[in-house]
Amino acid sequence: MAEQAAKDRWDPGVQTYASMGYYAPDYEPKDTDVLAVFRVTPQEGVDPIEAAAAVAGESSTATWTVVWTDRLTANSHYQAKCYRVDEVPGRPGEYFAYVAYDIDLFEEASIANLTSSIIGNVFGFKPLKALRLEDMRIPVAYVKTFQGPPHGIVMEREYLNKYGRPLLGATVKPKLGLSARNYGRVIYEACRGGLDFTKDDENINSQAFMRWRDRFLFGMEGVNKAMADTGEIKGHYLNVTAATLEEMYERAEFAKDLGSVVVMIDLTIGYTAMQSMSHWARRNGVLLHLHRAGHSTFTRQKTHGVSFRVLAKWCRLIGVDHLHAGTVVGKLEGDPATTRGYYDTLRDDHIPTNMANGIFFDQDWASMPGVMPVASGGIHAGQMHQLVDLFGDDVVLQFGGGTIGHPLGIAAGAESNRVALEAMIKARNEGKDLLKEGPDLLRKAGERCHPLEVALATWGDVTFDYTSTDAPDAVPTASL
Amino acid sequence: MKLRHGTFSYLPDLTDDEIAAQVRYALLNDWPLSIEYTDDPHPRNIYWEMWGLPLFDLDEPDGVLAEINACRATFPQHYIRVLAYDARLGRQTTALSFLVQRPPVEPGFLLTRAEGKDRQQTYSVHSYSTSAATRPNGSDRR
Repeated sequence: MAEQAAKDRWDPGVQTYASMGYYAPDYEPKDTDVLAVFRVTPQEGVDPIEAAAAVAGESSTATWTVVWTDRLTANSHYQAKCYRVDEVPGRPGEYFAYVAYDIDLFEEASIANLTSSIIGNVFGFKPLKALRLEDMRIPVAYVKTFQGPPHGIVMEREYLNKYGRPLLGATVKPKLGLSARNYGRVIYEACRGGLDFTKDDENINSQAFMRWRDRFLFGMEGVNKAMADTGEIKGHYLNVTAATLEEMYERAEFAKDLGSVVVMIDLTIGYTAMQSMSHWARRNGVLLHLHRAGHSTFTRQKTHGVSFRVLAKWCRLIGVDHLHAGTVVGKLEGDPATTRGYYDTLRDDHIPTNMANGIFFDQDWASMPGVMPVASGGIHAGQMHQLVDLFGDDVVLQFGGGTIGHPLGIAAGAESNRVALEAMIKARNEGKDLLKEGPDLLRKAGERCHPLEVALATWGDVTFDYTSTDAPDAVPTASL
Repeated sequence: MKLRHGTFSYLPDLTDDEIAAQVRYALLNDWPLSIEYTDDPHPRNIYWEMWGLPLFDLDEPDGVLAEINACRATFPQHYIRVLAYDARLGRQTTALSFLVQRPPVEPGFLLTRAEGKDRQQTYSVHSYSTSAATRPNGSDRR
C-alpha cells in the first residue's frame, strides 16, 4: 500500500502538494532546520492543509506539476515540510502553518538567498487569498555563518563612552528644503543642547536643494563644535543611501574621512547592499544606522506580508548597529506586546517562545552582538517615564519635533529631553515607580530646568491613542 | 564650561546621599564599583587613573563612599567618576558611570581646524587643562 503510494508520487500530471511530501505532520524539526510560521488564508474551498503544504512546496522545491528530474536528487531532503497547522484564534479562515527547511537549502551568510527562498514566489500563489510570514527560527548553525552587527550595543557604548542610560537623538526637520548651512545649524544646536545624535531623514540623500557633500561638511562642523562645547562624543547619522553601491561607498568614505562616528542607510537599498555596507562599517570602525524606510508596505497588515519581527531577525544577521523598532506611545504603528517582542529579538542573546509577544520560536543568537533599537516618531519629554519603563537603557530615543519644535529653540529642546531622561534614570535607579511617580518627578525636574518646564507645558498632554493593526493573534490580546 | 560626562551630567551635582542611592542600585545588580580620576576630561580619554582596584564583594555603599572621599581629599582639583561594571555574559562592560567631583574651574576645550583641500576640515578637540601653560609635558599628574 505504502509502496504503491510512493510509486504514484511520480505519476505525471498534477498532484496535491500534501501527497507529494510537503505535508509531514510526523516530522520532527532538526536543530539545524530553518523554521518558519506563516499565516495562511486559503481561497474559498481550498483545504487548509493543502494550502499549507503548497506554501512549503512553493517556497522550496515544488513546481505546479510532477517533474521526473526530482528523481535525480535526494528530493525529500530538499523538500520543505509543513509539520503543523493551527487555526488562528478568533480569525476564521486563517491558519498558522509551521514549515521546516533543511539548512542545505540556503547559501551561507546570504539574506538575499534566504529571502528569495522563503518569500520568493510563494506570496503570489493563486490558491491563497493572503499569506504572511509571522516568525522564523534561525538555527545556530546558520546564525554562525553571519557576523551580525558591525559593532553592536556593547561596542557602541564603549565607542561613545556613554553608559547607563538610553541615547538621545533627533531627526533634522524639515526633512526637505534646508540648505546645508541651515541644516548644520540644526545639528549643532541639537548636539550642543544635550543630544547624543542627530539624524538625516530617510529621504535626505542628495537633492538639488542640498547635495550630499555639502551636507556632510556643514554637518560635521556642527558635530565637532558641539563636542568641544560639551566634552562628549556626538554623531550625526549621515545618510549615504544612493542609487548605486559605488556611490554609497564614496559617500561613506567621505563621512569616515571627516571623522563621523556613524553613517546611515535606508532599507530601500536592499538586503545585499545592506550587507555590503555592514561589512564596510566593520572594516572602517563606523557605526551603521538603518532606517526601515518602506517596511510598513509589507509589515503592517496582519494577513499579508512579512512581520517586522522577521525583518528584525534578518537585519540582525545582515548586521546593522541601529534599527527603528517602534515607540508604542508615539505617532507610528506599535502594539505594546508586539513591540516588546521586536526589542527582545534585537537585543537579547536568547529569546524564548512567547506567544503573547508574537514570538513563535525559541531563538538563540549564539553571542551575536545586539542591535540598538531606535524609538522614533511623535515622542516628547512628557512621555519620558513611560519610555524608560518600556524600553530600559539600550535604546536610542529620538525626539525630532520634540527637540526642534521647542518654543525656546533647538538647544533648549535638546536640554529638556536630556534633563527629563537623566531625571527618570536617576529616579528609577533610586527605586521609584516611574509609571506612578513619573509625571510628578518630571514636573519637579522642570522646576530646576526652565526648558523642560516649557516642553511639558507645550506637549505634556499629547498622545496618539489609536488601535494597532498588528497585534499577535496566537493568544487573546489586550486592547490598548 | 560644565563638562557633560557620565549618566547624570545634566542634573545638579549629586549629593553624597544621592551617590549612595546609585551605588546601592549597582550593588543590587551585582555590579562591582570602581573610582577613577583625571585632569584631562577629553571625550576620548578613555583611561582615567584608577583609584585602586574595583571594589568587589561589597554589600553596602559605605565602603564606596569612603573611597570616594579619600580620592576627593587626595585630588581636590580633579574630575572623579564612579563606574559600575556588569560582568555578565553578553555585557562584560561598564553599566553606569557618573561624576562625583568636578574641579572648581572647568576650562573646557579648544576646537582646531586644519584646512584641507576642497573645504575639507580636519577637526581636533584639545583639553585646555592639558595645555603647556597649565601642565608642562612630563609633569607629575599626581
